[in-house]
Amino acid sequence: MIPAQFEYAAPTSLEEALALLAEHGDEAKVIAGGQSLLPVLRMRLNAPEHVIDIGRIEGLRGIREDGDAIVIGATTTHATVLTDPLVAEHAALLTKAVHHLADAQIRHRGTFGGALAHADPAGDMGAPALALGAEFVIAEQGGGTRTVGADDFFVDLFETAIGEDELLTEVRIPKHTGWGAHYEKFVRVAHQWPIVAVAATLKAEGGTITEARVGLTNMGSTPLRARAVEQSLTGQPATEDAVRAACEAAAEGTNPPSDLNGDADYRRHLATVLSRRAVLAAAAG
Amino acid sequence: MTVTEDRPAAATGEIGRDRRRKEDQRLITGRTRWTDNIQLTGMLHMAMVRSPFAHAKIVSIDTSAAKAATNVVDVYTGADLGESQGVLINAWPITPDQKTPVHLPMPADRVAFAGEIVAAVVARTAAEARDAAELVDVEYEELPAALDMKEALRDEVLAHPDLGSNKSALWVFDSAEAGTGGNVDDAIAAARTDGVVVEREFRQNRLIPAFMEPRSTVVDPTGEQNVMYSATQVPHILRFALAATTGVPESKIRVVAPDVGGGFGGKLQVTPEEWLTWCIARRLGKPLKYTETRSESLMAAHHGRDQWQKLTMAADKDGTLTGFKIELTADLGAYVAVVGGGVPVLGAFMFNAIYKIPAYHFACQTVLTNKTWVDAYRGAGRPEATFGVERMMDELAHELGMDPMEVRRKNWIRHDEFPYTTVSGLEYDTGNYEAATEEAMASFGYDELRAEQQRRRESGDRVQLGIGISTFTEMCGLAPSRVLGSLDYGAGGWENASIRMLATGSVEVTTGASAHGQGHETAFSQIVADRLGVPFESVEILHGDTQVASKGLDTYGSRSLTVGGEALVKAADKVIEKAKPVAAHLLEANVDDIEFEAGTFSVRGTDQGISIADVAGAVFVAHNLPEGMEPSIDADATYDPVNFSFPHGTHLCAAEVDTETGAIKLRKYTCVDDIGNVINPLIVAGQVHGGLVQGIAQALFEDAVFDDAGTLVSASFVDYLVPTAADMISFDVHHRSTPSLTNTLGTKGVGEAGTIASTPAVVNAIVDAVRHFGVNDIVMPCTPERVWRAINGSGAGGADPTTGDAMPHFDAEGEQA
Amino acid sequence: MTRISLTVDGASVSEDVEPRMLLVQFLREKLGKTGTVVGCDTSNCGACTVHLDGHSVKSCNVLAVQAEGSEVTTIEGLARDGELHPVQQAFHECHALQCGYCTPGMIMQSVDLLNDNPKPTEEEIRVGLEGNLCRCTGYHNIVRAVQTASGQEVNAS
Repeated sequence: MIPAQFEYAAPTSLEEALALLAEHGDEAKVIAGGQSLLPVLRMRLNAPEHVIDIGRIEGLRGIREDGDAIVIGATTTHATVLTDPLVAEHAALLTKAVHHLADAQIRHRGTFGGALAHADPAGDMGAPALALGAEFVIAEQGGGTRTVGADDFFVDLFETAIGEDELLTEVRIPKHTGWGAHYEKFVRVAHQWPIVAVAATLKAEGGTITEARVGLTNMGSTPLRARAVEQSLTGQPATEDAVRAACEAAAEGTNPPSDLNGDADYRRHLATVLSRRAVLAAAAG
Repeated sequence: MTVTEDRPAAATGEIGRDRRRKEDQRLITGRTRWTDNIQLTGMLHMAMVRSPFAHAKIVSIDTSAAKAATNVVDVYTGADLGESQGVLINAWPITPDQKTPVHLPMPADRVAFAGEIVAAVVARTAAEARDAAELVDVEYEELPAALDMKEALRDEVLAHPDLGSNKSALWVFDSAEAGTGGNVDDAIAAARTDGVVVEREFRQNRLIPAFMEPRSTVVDPTGEQNVMYSATQVPHILRFALAATTGVPESKIRVVAPDVGGGFGGKLQVTPEEWLTWCIARRLGKPLKYTETRSESLMAAHHGRDQWQKLTMAADKDGTLTGFKIELTADLGAYVAVVGGGVPVLGAFMFNAIYKIPAYHFACQTVLTNKTWVDAYRGAGRPEATFGVERMMDELAHELGMDPMEVRRKNWIRHDEFPYTTVSGLEYDTGNYEAATEEAMASFGYDELRAEQQRRRESGDRVQLGIGISTFTEMCGLAPSRVLGSLDYGAGGWENASIRMLATGSVEVTTGASAHGQGHETAFSQIVADRLGVPFESVEILHGDTQVASKGLDTYGSRSLTVGGEALVKAADKVIEKAKPVAAHLLEANVDDIEFEAGTFSVRGTDQGISIADVAGAVFVAHNLPEGMEPSIDADATYDPVNFSFPHGTHLCAAEVDTETGAIKLRKYTCVDDIGNVINPLIVAGQVHGGLVQGIAQALFEDAVFDDAGTLVSASFVDYLVPTAADMISFDVHHRSTPSLTNTLGTKGVGEAGTIASTPAVVNAIVDAVRHFGVNDIVMPCTPERVWRAINGSGAGGADPTTGDAMPHFDAEGEQA
Repeated sequence: MTRISLTVDGASVSEDVEPRMLLVQFLREKLGKTGTVVGCDTSNCGACTVHLDGHSVKSCNVLAVQAEGSEVTTIEGLARDGELHPVQQAFHECHALQCGYCTPGMIMQSVDLLNDNPKPTEEEIRVGLEGNLCRCTGYHNIVRAVQTASGQEVNAS
C-alpha cells in the first residue's frame, strides 16, 4: 500500500520535463493523473527511482479545434473529454467510450494521454483512438516533435512508440462530424476492465453505410482494428442481417487472452456479437 | 388491573419502531474509531513477509539487510519466536480422531499455503517496515502441493506430510441410526424402481468474506493489563484463546474491538497476525500496530464455502420425498480454523430444510489442502445446505414435470404441523411457509412472469427469462450450550448483559455481543428502553471491550438478538425486581402491591408512583433504603437459550439471460422472510438487502481462484469481483412475524437470511431460463462464459475450470500513466 | 522530503512529506483526518474518496505532493456550522450504512454525483457510484439516500 521511495520532480515546462527524462532514462516514470501508475507503485510491482509529474505543464492540457482535427492535450482529464462539446460533435465515439472508462473518481484524475501511453489493451481509450485514426504527437529530445499514426502507436502489451526519453504531448483526432458512434463494453461487474469491448463509428447515407471504423478492446496485446468488418460494412444497408454477416469476421486476425474472465474462444465469439451491437447502435444514432 | 389500564400503553413503544441508528452520527461524519486510526506514543509498525509458495520447506532466512535498514527495530522469524508466539486453536474438533495440523502463527520450517507469514519486520513507520520487508531473503525448497480437494482425498500429495493423510475428519449423521427416520439407502433403492431418483453434484465455490475494513491489530504492552485492539468480531473469544495458548493470565489481557468495519464471519477468527502482534509487542515493550493490505487480506484471512456436494434425492412419482442423501467434501485449506470443519457440519441439520423427509443421511469429509484456510462466512454451512436442497427440489420438479413450487408445497411442513421434529433431530417451534410463499408470489407477480417466460420461449427471443425459487429455514442463535457440547464445540452458546442504572437517569448497558455494523447500539437500546420504560436516548450500549463488557461470546451465527437480546431482557427484569423493594419502601407500601409499567413503580389501587430513574437516584444517594439492602439495583444476566430459533422465508428471483453472450441481468427479486418479532424494521431490511447481495454475488461473481501452483489469482478487488451498485437492482423485501417461542421477545435471527436463500434462487432462475437448451446445472459463479458454454452444450453446465490467470493491468512495465 | 501547502477542510496546512506519501496517508497520518479510510490497494473500493479542487478523487490514487496548492474536502469537512450536509442526513434517514467503513467515500462520491446531476435517475445513481464498494447494505438504501438527498420521490420498500 506504500510505494517504494522515489525522487519527485514537477517540471512546469515541456523542456524541463524532457531534460529530466534525458537525465534519468529508464530510472524514471512519468506520472500525469497517476491512475494506472500509482496502483503499480503501491503494490511495488515497479519501483522507479524518479517520478516526473507532467501535471503542472500548462500547455499539455485542454481541447481545441485545429482545421479538420480536434486536438486533445495529453494531460486533459477523462472528465473533461467526457463533457467537451467539441469532442461530442466531432468525435462522438470518444464521448461514448470515455463514459465507460473506470469510474467518476478515476475520470476526474486520469488523463487521456496517460491512458493511451499506458497502452493496456483492455483500456477503453485505445480502440476508439485507433478507430478514429488518431495521430499522436510526441515531443523528442532537442525540441522536435514527430507524429505517429494510430496504427504505429500501439506496439505491444503496455508498449507504445513513445521512446524512453520522449513525451506524448497531444493527440489529434480527425473530425468525424456527423458520424454515428457506439462503444459496447462487456463486463461482469461495473468496476472491471472490459472483457471485450467494441468501438464503432460510421457514416451512413440513406440507410446505407458509406464508411465504418471498428476498434476492438482486449482482443490482443494491443487495441485492434476489425478491418475485415469495416470493409464488409461499406456499402451495406444498416440492417440487422447485413451487419450480422459483416461482423462474423470481427475476430479475424485477433489473438485474445485467456484469463479468469473468459477463454480466447469465448472472447472471439463476444467480439462478433458486440461488433454487431456496436455497429447497429452507431447506425441508429 | 383496572387502575393501570388507564395509563398510556407500553412506556415508549420502542420495539417494532423504525428508529434511525444511534451509531450513524459518528460514521457519517468521520469520527469513527477504526483500529488503524489508533496512534499510541512510541508506537511501532509491523510488516509481514509472506510465502509465495503453497507448500515449501524454509531452508534459510537472511534478515541481516532488513535489520540494517533505516529505522528498523527488529526482524523476527518463526525460529526466533519459538513457543513464545503461542499457537492457533481449533475450537471444534468435529470427531475425536480429527487430524489437526499444529498451526503456529509463523512456522519456522515449512509453509503450508501461499501467504503464510515467514518473517515479521518491525520499524518506526509502516513505510519503513514495508521497505525492510522487501529486503528479507528467504530460501525455500518447494514441496509438492495438495491443491484440488478431490485429488487430495487420494493422499498422493500430502498437505502436511507428518499427518500421513489429507483426510481430516469424517462426520456422519444417519436418520436410521439416530432413530429420527428411516434408512436412506432403502428409500433410494425403492425409488429407483417405483419412484424417481435425482442425483447431482454441485460445487460450492470458494468465497472470501471481503469485509470492507482490512484487519488491523494494535497491542499496547505498557501497564499491568496488556491491551489488544483488534478489528475482530470476537473480542472475548480472542482473549480466552490468547490466555489459553500464550500462558498469559486471562486477567492480564484486555481486548478491545473498536468500531469494526464488517465481518460476515471473516473476523471471527483468531489470527496469526494477532498472535504475532501480541507476542512481538510484549517482547519489545512498545505499542505495535499491524494493518493488512487488501491483497494480504484476500490471501490470508480465512475463506468460506468451498465444498463439493454429492446429492441423491428420492421421491415417489407424485413428488413426495422419500429420502435424501448428502455426501460432502469440504476443503479446510491448510489449517483447521477456529470453527473449521464445524461449518459444513452445521449443514447437517439444514439439508432437510423445511421439508418432511422420511429418511436422511449426511456425511461430510473434511480435507486439508495447501490453500488459504476456510471458516465461517455469512451463513456458515447453512447457505451451502440450502443451496443443495433447493437446487435439488427444482431438479426433482423438472424430472417429474411438475411446477417447482408445487413440489415444495407438497413436501413442506404445514403451519398446523408445528412444533415439528425434523429428520435431522431439530425441533422447529413455529413457521408458516404457506403464508410467506403466498405473499411472495403475489408481490412478485409470479403468474405474469411465467407467462412472459412462455412468450419469450415460444418466440425464440434472444433474451430468455428464468424464475428461481428458494425457500429456506435456518437455525439461528448459536446456541444452547448443551447442544454445542454434544457436538464437541469448544465453548458454550450463552450471552451476557449487564445494566447499570446511573444516578442521573441514564442507563448503561453492556453486552457481550460485539457489533460490527449490525446496529446493536440502536436495537438493544430499543429493547432496554421498552423493558425499563426509559427514553431511548437515555440508554447507552457499551460493547467490544473486555474491560467494559467482561463476559460474552460475541457476534456470529445470527445470535446477537436471539441470545444477546434475551440476556438484556433478563438483566432488565432483574433490575426491576431489585428496584421494587426500594420503590415500595419509598412509597411506604407493601412490595406485593407494587406494579411496574412504563418506567414507573406504582402502588396498586392508588395514584402513587415513582419512576425507575428516581429509584436509581435514591439508590445512588442511599440515604433511605430498606433495612439491610445493598445500595444497587444494577443487574447482570447470562442467558443460555433452550433452542435455536428458526426464521424462514420464500425468495423469488427473475433473471434475464442473454443467450448470445451468456450475460445475466436480474429483473426482479422478491423475498418474504418470517423472522419473528421485529425490534427495528429498518435495520432488519438493511440486513436482508446486504445478505441478498452477498448471496447473489456467490451465484454470479465471486470466486477465489488459485492457479496450478497454488497462488491465489483473485488476490485483489480487480479479480475478486465484489459487485457494485451498478450491478445490482432494488429489492422487493417483506417481513412476516410468526413469533419464535424460544425466547421472550419472540425474535428470530436475520443476519444471514438473505445470504442463505438468494444463492439458490438466482441459480435456479438462470437454469430455468436456459433449461430448454438441455441445461440442468451451471457451476457457480455463473459467469457469462459458463452460461454461454452451457447453452452451446460444451461441457456439463459450463463446468469448465476457470483459467487461473488474472489480467495484467498493473503491469510493471507500463509507460507514462 | 518535499514541502507542500494546501487547504484541507477549510484550513491551510503545510507539511514536509516524502514524495511517495499518498494523499490518503497524508490526511490520516499527518493531519489526523482518520475519517477518510483505506479499503484496498487497487483503487477499486472508493472508501478513500475525497474532493480535490471540487471533484471526487480516490485519495489513495493521488500523491500528497500532487495536491500541492489544492483544496481538499474530506468527510470531516462536509458538515457546515454543525449542520449535516443533506447527503449525510439522507444516509442516516434512509439507513444507508451499516458498518460504516465505505460510508465516508460513498457520501463524498454521492455529493459529487449530485453536483453534476442534481436529479439523477436510479440507474444514474447506480452507475455514478460504480467506483465505490459496499459490503453491508446491498446498495438498496444507498440509492434511496441519494434519491432522498436530491429531493426526489423514493420508491417504497
